[in-house]
Amino acid sequence: MKKAFRPAFSVTIPVLCGYLFIGLAFGVMLRDIGFAPPWAFFSSLLIYAGSGQYLLVSLLAANASLVTVAAMTLLLNCRHIFYGLSFLETFHQMGRRKWYMIFSLTDETYSLLCSLKTPEGIDPNAMRFWIAILDHSYWIAGSVLGAVIGGMLPFDSTGIDFAMTALFTVIFVEQWMSAKCHVPAFLGLGAAAVSLAILGPDNFILPAMVAICVMLAALRGRLAKEVAG
Amino acid sequence: MTFGKALAMVLVAAACTFATRVAPFLLFNGKKPIPPLVRYLGEALPPAVIALLVVYCVKSVDWLAAPHGAPELLCIAVTALLHIWKRSNLLSIGVGTALYMFLVQAVFI
Repeated sequence: MKKAFRPAFSVTIPVLCGYLFIGLAFGVMLRDIGFAPPWAFFSSLLIYAGSGQYLLVSLLAANASLVTVAAMTLLLNCRHIFYGLSFLETFHQMGRRKWYMIFSLTDETYSLLCSLKTPEGIDPNAMRFWIAILDHSYWIAGSVLGAVIGGMLPFDSTGIDFAMTALFTVIFVEQWMSAKCHVPAFLGLGAAAVSLAILGPDNFILPAMVAICVMLAALRGRLAKEVAG
Repeated sequence: MTFGKALAMVLVAAACTFATRVAPFLLFNGKKPIPPLVRYLGEALPPAVIALLVVYCVKSVDWLAAPHGAPELLCIAVTALLHIWKRSNLLSIGVGTALYMFLVQAVFI
């Protein structure tokens, strides 16, 4: 377990940059509507979803009903249903840690787990667990920091959240180079671009995800052998 | 708003977020074999989803107004090319991010 910490830490550094600043922004917004740092801590500890918590800030500000909170959160996080599909067997063999792995399966942790390469002599499950814990702690740290110090950073950090875009780009390249078949990557890119162009930035994720699943399912006869890992 | 109402909102958001994450594990709980279609989707989805997440990151770019997403596209290209060349995660992400910060702070203001 201990030995897996270092390799896990080194793959999570991009998430550290991204989460500290996206979390920070959440903390600042929460502070601006009058919530003290403990709220940032517990929200990030218990909810742990970037866009979901941004949404929560606007719902708190509007004093929305609990039904609204439930419906909006479910809708926004629907994409997570598809993430679990890639880790059904992996998490089932992780014993009690499975529940934490499921809870902490964010976009970023999902992408790191998808591209996981375990060094020689390291237990892959221990490394997965560390990645999950580290990412979660960066998120909590960022949001509490934001709630405490507010918008007063000692340097201009504009654009640092690009680390997240760069992380996804790198993982995309890695998967591209190791895949025999590039059809899923093209489908994802195409479906996302078309859906974004038609539906706009706020509503395009879920339709794109459904379109990807339907197209992948339709092409199963041709792709099944090539994508099998 | 009362303390209790705000707390309830946080807890509902937490429960609903977890529900979306746990759903596939409850549907396919390891006791029955996973249907071949679901197993196939689990293998085929990651590259498609990562592509979707890259697009998600640039969703708020205004392509019609100057600079037409130039800093984003340029830095994604630099990150990808550097990665194809050196295969070092930290180098690709570090250079891409630093270049982006420079571009949005000093060039495309």
